Parts: sequence; C-alpha cells; structure tokens
Amino acid sequence: MNKAWLWIPLGLFFGFAGLAAYQLTQPKDEFIASTMIGKPVPEFDLPPAHADRPGLTISDLKDGKPKLLNIWASWCLPCIAEAEHLDRLKREGADIVGVAIRDRPEDVARFLAQHGNPYSKIGKDDLSNLQLSIGSSGVPETFVVNGDGIIVYQHIGDVRAEHVPMLLEKLAEAGG
Amino acid sequence: MIAELGLTALWLAAALSVLQLVAGALALRDEGGELAKLVRPAAILQGLLAGFAFLMLLYLFAVTDLSVKLVETNSHSAKPMVFKLAGAWGNHEGSMLLWITVMALAGGLIALAERRLPEKTMLATLAAQAFVGLGFYAFLLLSSNPFERLPMPALEGRGLNPLLQDIGLAFHPPTLYFGYVGLSVAFSFAVGALVTRQVNPVFARAMRPWVLGAWIFLTLGITAGSYWAYYELGWGGWWFWDPVENASLMPWLAATALLHSVGVLAARDALRTWTIMLGVVAFSMSMLGTFLVRSGILTSVHAFAVDPERGTFILFLLVLYIGGALLLFGLRAATVAEGERFRVTSREGALVINNVMLSAILGIVLLGTLYPLLTEAFDVRVSVGPPYFNPVGAIFTIPMLLVMCVGPLLRWRGDSLGRIKNSLAIVAAIMLAVLALVVVLGSYGILPVLGLSIAIGLAIASFLPLRGRNLLRVPIATWGMVVAHFGLAVALFGMASETAFSEEKLAAVPVGESAQVGPWTVTLENVEPVAGPNWTAIQGRFAARYDGGDAVILTPQARNFWAPPQETTESTLATRWNGQLYAVIGNQAPDGRWQLRLWWKPFVTFIWYGGILVALGGLLALIGRLKSDLKRRYVKSRLADRAAEVAA
Repeated sequence: MNKAWLWIPLGLFFGFAGLAAYQLTQPKDEFIASTMIGKPVPEFDLPPAHADRPGLTISDLKDGKPKLLNIWASWCLPCIAEAEHLDRLKREGADIVGVAIRDRPEDVARFLAQHGNPYSKIGKDDLSNLQLSIGSSGVPETFVVNGDGIIVYQHIGDVRAEHVPMLLEKLAEAGG
Repeated sequence: MIAELGLTALWLAAALSVLQLVAGALALRDEGGELAKLVRPAAILQGLLAGFAFLMLLYLFAVTDLSVKLVETNSHSAKPMVFKLAGAWGNHEGSMLLWITVMALAGGLIALAERRLPEKTMLATLAAQAFVGLGFYAFLLLSSNPFERLPMPALEGRGLNPLLQDIGLAFHPPTLYFGYVGLSVAFSFAVGALVTRQVNPVFARAMRPWVLGAWIFLTLGITAGSYWAYYELGWGGWWFWDPVENASLMPWLAATALLHSVGVLAARDALRTWTIMLGVVAFSMSMLGTFLVRSGILTSVHAFAVDPERGTFILFLLVLYIGGALLLFGLRAATVAEGERFRVTSREGALVINNVMLSAILGIVLLGTLYPLLTEAFDVRVSVGPPYFNPVGAIFTIPMLLVMCVGPLLRWRGDSLGRIKNSLAIVAAIMLAVLALVVVLGSYGILPVLGLSIAIGLAIASFLPLRGRNLLRVPIATWGMVVAHFGLAVALFGMASETAFSEEKLAAVPVGESAQVGPWTVTLENVEPVAGPNWTAIQGRFAARYDGGDAVILTPQARNFWAPPQETTESTLATRWNGQLYAVIGNQAPDGRWQLRLWWKPFVTFIWYGGILVALGGLLALIGRLKSDLKRRYVKSRLADRAAEVAA
C-alpha cells in the first residue's frame, strides 16, 4: 500500500514555515500612513484654549505659510518630554500651532508656564472632533501642513531630538 | 529576594526537564533500569518548582514590587487587586510563565496519576513533554525573564492596557492556556505512542481525559472571548473572523475532531493513525495560534505583546516540535498496525464523516487566516473576512450538523438507517416545518434561515439517544454528549437569530428625548462626567422600556484612561430572556445632541449559553470517563487480589 500520504502533512507544514520565515524577515511598516496625507484639513473653528493665544480656525492654516500642527494635552506625559524639542523647532523658525485635546484652560496655562509655550495659536478640541477628522488617534501627534492647508506629513508619538531636523526639512519642502 | 527565588526555581525546573528528557530517552533502550526510576519524580518536582515560580510572580504583582521590570511596565499601585494579579499574566513574559507552569503541572500530574500506559510509552510521553517544555524554558530564561530587576526601583508603574482591565478578559487568556497546554499533553501522548508503536484503546483511554479537559477550557475560552469582544469593543458583533479569534477557533476544531476520534479508538480500536495525526495537529494549531498572535505577522484588532523577534523564536519551536512530530509520523505511522474495520452506516462511520467535515472546516479557517500572509509575499495586500468564511465554512458545517442528528442514534460497528427511520423522519419534518415558517415570515439570508431550522432539529435530535432508556441508568458520559450537542444547537440558534432578526439604530438625540429600536423605547435622561480609579468618562443615563413596560436604567460610558492614555467604550446591556438591548454612547454633535447606537438582538445570549452548555457537556463526559476509569482500576486490583489468593 502506498504510504506517500503520510508525508503530506510534513510537506504542508514546511511550506507554511518557509513562508512565515520569509515574512518575518521582511521589513514591516512601522506606522500606518494616514489616509489624510495629501488631503486638505477639513473645515473647523476651535475656541482659544489659553488666554494669551488666539484659537485656531481653518483659515489660519491657509495663510500661505507652512506650519506644524501639534496635537497635545496637558494630561499627556510624552507631551512634557517633547516640549523642549518643540521649543527648539520654534527657535529654528517653525510656526507651530497647537490643538489641546480634552483639556481645561487652567491646566493648559499651568502646563505652558511650566514647560514653555512654543505655540502661536492654540485651539481647544474638547471632543477630539478636529483630531479625529485629520486621522489622529492619540496624543501627541504632529502634522506638517503646507500653506494651502494640505496635510503633507504625519508624525505619530512624541517629537524627539532626532526628529527635529527631519521636521524642519519637511517644513522647508512644504514651503517650496 | 522574592524575584530571585522565583528565578532560581525556574532554572531548577528547567534543569529537571533536561533530566526528564535525557533519562526518559535513555531509559527507552534500557527498560526497567535505574534511569527510568528518575523520570516520574523529575516530572513531579519540575511541576512543583514551576508552580512555585509562578506564585512568586503573583506575589510580586500583589505587592506592586516596582523594582521588578515586569511589574513596573504592567502594573500600577492604583489598580484594583484583581487586576494587579491579572497583570501577572496580561503580558508576554508572565503569560509564557503561566504556560510553562500549567504544562509542568500537567506533566507532574501524568507522572503521579497515570498507571495504565505501558512503561515505555509512559517514558516516551514524559520525555516528549519535557522536550516541549524545555523550549519554553529556554524562551523564558534566555529572552524574556519575567523576574528581571530594574537598575533603580521605579516610583510608579506604567499601568496595564485598559482594554485588558476587564474581569472577563483577565481570565480569558489563562482559560485558553489551560486548553493549549492540555493539547500539548495529548501531543506528548501521541509522540510517545508513535515512538513505541502502541496505539490502542488503553492509550486512547489515557489520552482522552486530557483532550476532554483541554476541549472544555478551549470551549469556555472561545465563549468568553466572543462575549468580551461583543460588549467591550462596542461594535455590536460577536465574531469578527479576526486572526486572533481564528487562532483560538482552530485548536478547538482540531480538538473537537480529536475528541471524537479518540472515542472511536477507545471503544472500537479503529482510526489509529488518524487519532495520532489529530493529536499532532491539535497542538500544532495551538502553537500556530500563539505564533500568529505574538509575532504580529498578521494584522489584528488584538495588538497584544507583538514582537517579531519573539515570533522568530516561536517559529523555531514550531518547526522543531511540529516538524519533528510530523517527521516521526511519516516514518512510523506506516508501521502502526491497522485498526479494526467498520461499515459506513455505523457510529464509527458517522464519526468519521464528522471528523472529515471538522478537518475541512479547520482547513478553510486555516487557509483564510494564512491567505493574507501568502499574498503579501507577492506584494498583494488582502484581508479575508466574513464573505469568505461564512459561506465556505457553511458548505461543510451544514452537512456536519445534519450528521450530528443521525450519528448518536447509530450502533457501533454496523447498523442500518432503516432501524432509526422513524426518529429521522420526525427530525426532518421539524426542520422542514421551521424552514417553511421562517421563509413565510420574512425574507432573511439563506444561512440564518438554514441555521434556525437546523438548530431546532438538532436540539430535538440531540435528546433522541435517550429515548426508551431508563434515564437514571444512562451513563454520565452519554449525558455529556447529549448536553454538548444540545448546547451546540442552542448556540447555533442564537447565532442564526441574531443574524436574521437584529435591529440597529443610530440616532442623534438631545437630553430628554427618545429613540426607538425594535420593541424598545430608549430615553436619554442625562449625560454626566464620572471618574473611576484610573479613568474619567462621559456617562449617559438611558431609561429603556420594553413594549412600554417598566424602565430599565442603562449607563453606557465613553472612558478615558490616563495610565496609559487610551479611550474605550463601555457598552451596556439590558438582558431579557428573549434577547438583549445593546447601547453605546458616542460623541456630542456641535448642536448638543448625543450620538446613540442601539441594537436589539433577539436571542443573542443563546450563543454564550450554548457555549457554556457545550463546555458543561464536556465536563459531564470527563466526570463519566474518570469515574469509569476508577471503577476499572478498582475491579482490576480486586481481580489481582483474587488471583493472588487463589495462587496462595
């Protein structure tokens, strides 16, 4: 009697193992790119989150100058870590606008007094409406928006020292 | 100190598993020698040491010892105690330690309690068990030490994934692990029997309780996991054909097939190679599931402890164990003597059909789960979902369910359908009647309609094996079969009813007004912020009235966790005997109205009641089998005593 069928399971198994091994060695996309890249920021109008700075509306993003749009919150720990790098970006000439997510004015004021205020405008997004509409799912996130209000880049997570040159370059590209 | 004690115990247990493997393998050549005497004690001691190590980890989590890295990463002093403890296994390292602990305890239990198997098969089984264990010890000790200390104790922990802070989910992974580990025991038995070529009813009876136990846990694990996804994810569905869900379903399908074929082997000494094959496949599916979940090779909603490096290690273990076992199978299976033969119209025949169908369903789920992996190799990204799984799976599920109505009525060895034609006619008539009724009532999909009709037919057919028998004298194991089959019918009824009759309503409602879904009127009474130990939330207060009756108060929440920051929806349910109202609160629209998402799901709870009944059936069968095993052991010892008396 032919017993060749006894080897079929082993053959199938090694087919799978080879495939899985191949896939494991392939580089994986670290981030899922936002489907919003290349698209305009939708209409919005956010009230000010802080007494010293105006709120944020869609027209602010269409004034012809590229901007960094930073999604943050006073209750978010990585936002403290990225504050100094945002300050450096501002010193290097970046125009940064902020969106405070689910925050209270007094907390925002305390955070900015403590960790510095790199923002030219800060909008208050209490229900994450703007955040969700531009494809952001967490804090902090930083978007590069060109002078026509088109999203050209999305950075997920806190901005670290090594990201600063890259973001400046993206801004320069967006301005050109 | 506690962490170091745990680590030491773990190293000692690993060393003992080396001893168990080497002594067991060498003793196979030298039966009855001194080495053979070491194997059982090594297995028992190894179980105790691994158990001790796990207790130490539990203690570290209970007192939130922040000098231990794992505690710092996964716990927080503000968490309730039960979630602190659950934190011990709600992460990669801890869950691997739990796995190895349960496995070592199982090995110890076999060494302690199993007395039927021939000595050689026993040695080979324990050696195989040690071999499998050793890979996991190496994994833990070399790359994921759960007892690692931080250079400096932390001030506060970093919390536990808030989605996992749920009582159902805290106990869902351990339940599945008990199942997986039970299948690893079945695997060791299969390898042991292949080594000694002793595949017979004695072997089947030794293996069966482990398969049954594993199967009960897998059933409960899947049932609980499905319910968790249903009320925690807030999407209103109970099965998404997500790779992680499939990873838990595949071992269950294989274990179900194994359970039935091991029954045939125990009762009739047939299906020898097939049972061995299923023993290997069932554990392969557990390992494969672990690999798919942990390696992150497939995208899933359950992002849990994903790490490609760990994936590589598990894949290595997978190749070593499963490749090794299948190689042994290829070499040895041909030399296992053929078992008994039987006719197609017999209990065995029906069980073979059941096995073929289950294997086909397993193949379909496996193919659908791995297909994206295959196409990705050619740079095509696809995701396989319900449009594939539901109809293709049904092609084999429906005949399997129909055979389930017939099989238990047939006699072993050979029977004729003519003998049971009356019973079959009744069941068929009921199915057709239900089918006609549902078709007349409204237009629903073909699958739910067939599902309803088969569910009711199967529910009745599952009790037919009891007809004409003295119920008090029916063996417990038979009751187990009846309850499990009935449970499947109940679950099927729930699935079909939910799919056919659910009503959904998405509404934007200002405070004080109502929305209507099915027979329910839901009034939004108010919305307020609330706070928990580590979250804040927006909570809606709904008054829900069924057919204008008394109000049931529901308080769904949209929660914001702050350690670590994450949002979850807490849906709420109003449960009646005939279904559930499922309510979720969403965002506030700019005009001040709140988004409500409401579902009325008739008989949806039957899905999980059915799952519990299936597990209960398994438990009854297990009790019945263990009881008759004990009786057999007692009779045997009495006979031996008698023989000794006569000889004297």
